[in-house]
Amino acid sequence: MSLSTDMPVRVADVTQVTDLVKRFRFERLDGQPMPFFSGGAHVVVSMNDNGLLRRNPYSLMSSPDDNSGYDISVLRVPNSRGGSIFMHEQVKPGDQLTVSQPVNLFAPDHRGRKHILIAGGIGITPFLAMMDQFSRDNVAFELHYAIRSRTHGAYWQQLLDRYGARRIKIYVDEEKSTLPLATIVENQPLGTHLYVCGPAGMIDGVLLTALQAGWPKENLHSERFLAPPAGLPFQVFLEKSNIHMTVGEHQSILEAAEAHGCDAPYMCRGGACGQCETAVVSSDGMLEHNDIYLSDAEKASGGKVMICVSRFKGQQLVLQL
Amino acid sequence: MTITFKSETFRDDFTFRNSLYNIRRFPFPFDRDDYMYSVNMEPHVRGKADSVFENLVDVDEHYVAEMQDRAKVLKEDPLRCQALPHMMAAQWDVLELLMEHQAQDYPAHFTLTKDGDRWRWINRPMGIDDTFTFGDPSTLPYPPMEYITRQAQGDFCIVDQRDNNLWMDAGMVTTQADWSLDFDIGMNFMEWHGPVPLAHQIGIFDRALKFLLNLQQGKPTRRLNWTMTVNPRLDTSPENYHKWGPDRLTVTPENVGQKMHLRVELQSLWRLPRSNAILFVIRCYLISLEELVTVPKWARRLPRVLQSLPPEIIDYKGLTRNRPLMIDWLSKYDDGSPTSAGIHPD
Repeated sequence: MSLSTDMPVRVADVTQVTDLVKRFRFERLDGQPMPFFSGGAHVVVSMNDNGLLRRNPYSLMSSPDDNSGYDISVLRVPNSRGGSIFMHEQVKPGDQLTVSQPVNLFAPDHRGRKHILIAGGIGITPFLAMMDQFSRDNVAFELHYAIRSRTHGAYWQQLLDRYGARRIKIYVDEEKSTLPLATIVENQPLGTHLYVCGPAGMIDGVLLTALQAGWPKENLHSERFLAPPAGLPFQVFLEKSNIHMTVGEHQSILEAAEAHGCDAPYMCRGGACGQCETAVVSSDGMLEHNDIYLSDAEKASGGKVMICVSRFKGQQLVLQL
Repeated sequence: MTITFKSETFRDDFTFRNSLYNIRRFPFPFDRDDYMYSVNMEPHVRGKADSVFENLVDVDEHYVAEMQDRAKVLKEDPLRCQALPHMMAAQWDVLELLMEHQAQDYPAHFTLTKDGDRWRWINRPMGIDDTFTFGDPSTLPYPPMEYITRQAQGDFCIVDQRDNNLWMDAGMVTTQADWSLDFDIGMNFMEWHGPVPLAHQIGIFDRALKFLLNLQQGKPTRRLNWTMTVNPRLDTSPENYHKWGPDRLTVTPENVGQKMHLRVELQSLWRLPRSNAILFVIRCYLISLEELVTVPKWARRLPRVLQSLPPEIIDYKGLTRNRPLMIDWLSKYDDGSPTSAGIHPD
């Protein structure tokens, strides 16, 4: 976006939380306060990995009332495209990064009489900020948190200490305790909202169970950040910018465009928000729509593509960008 | 910057007038010689000095009189200010935003000091000096949105975002162009825009909604909207239609220059940080045709725009009776020369 409101930040602190999760605290370089945000919001962190620009979205997990800095937690993903490895291996206290303004695509419904939060693994992060907000506002909530093992799970002990076992339920895969989904969605008071964040299979399971139990879809909320999937390289021509480019195996169209100096709009970089919607001028192959934004009809018509996650198979794709 | 506030009325004897300085800073809405609906949004960033775009929350010479008029409207009809219960976080967002902008850009008139959650707000033009606890409504004489919007020019709607739509869930609306908050409260974006002609068919509202759902923090946006009003009346509400509707019949070729006012809304939209709601500010500016024709470019352009309007828009904006009178009167000031692009005076 031409009008940048991104904020240069200093890494104030790095904490190893579990063997695969690190927490990073960011403070603004200019000493100004961070903008306030609402629980469920994320920021896009821009990293300079040896001249290569990497941009990854991360949920804000610190208290929404704390404008002295932002905390995020990053799971080290072994076969990652490089962002999480870079954060884990390269980023040290004192380093400089850039973070975007907060964006909330997973906001609580403020009308909710009660909020049920269901987290799997690193999907806990948006709920940390949400629970802080619920508890400050004296709103009823409960968290159901599934982890692989007690050593792998992040923050479960702190959450139990802070909110108590009545509101925090932990399910440990290694101990054969699983989310009692059917029981959770049963007999909830009218006006209850349910939120789920975690692996895709878990999100699908929770939503399906709740819908089958008769929940209105307006009361069900989920956040799935899709990392741009890898695939064979392909050619794209950006018509307005007059740029011919190759999108690499581990690159998204958006990332390739940015690497060629094209200032394309984006927000979530995960196929959810719709901001990077781009018109297709022509295509002699198959679009692989990986987003959850376009309708099935829009995907089938091939007129638009979400360039942050979707790919292409064919000789050449021409975009109105 | 120190503003000299005017003492004037927007009802009864209608003593409202614009100073020469205020005429030239008027947000003339037509950037060409014709008009059609469009998603005419642009970033709400600081613009030209001595224009209404100089500051993002504009305070002008009519501030004190407008706030007095608002107080009168509220006294007669408290339902002009409403907020659904889930909008409390958004109310505090609005209070913070308006106090910070007014204090930052008009330090001679407003001061905000913060000691943690303990805030002191000084509004010199209105003689207010209050200390309160941010987040605790019991420490203010009114709920937070009402408190601050009794001290800020423009109408204010707070729209909640959920289910991929926007919902009119709170507002302070006393200077409106014939719509009612009491009627619209709780409606979604498509519902409250229901009455607008033509724009639905050309997909304006689908695109505008998509755009607003992605409105980002720190990147407010704005557009101009317009209509015409007989007499400088701020409160042209459906509730009071019986008071202002008949005014249309009082316009004659002799008084049209004084009576008819171009009414421009500077609409700005802001993503609110704590609530994720959107603040929709509808700031109304009035200028009589007599005042407007002192700027030659506008004098040439306005009759051309009025001439070009489609019948649906003429009807929707209530111009059917008086448009020919206005065109006749204004055409004296149009020598047929070309006009320069853009809205600002030459």
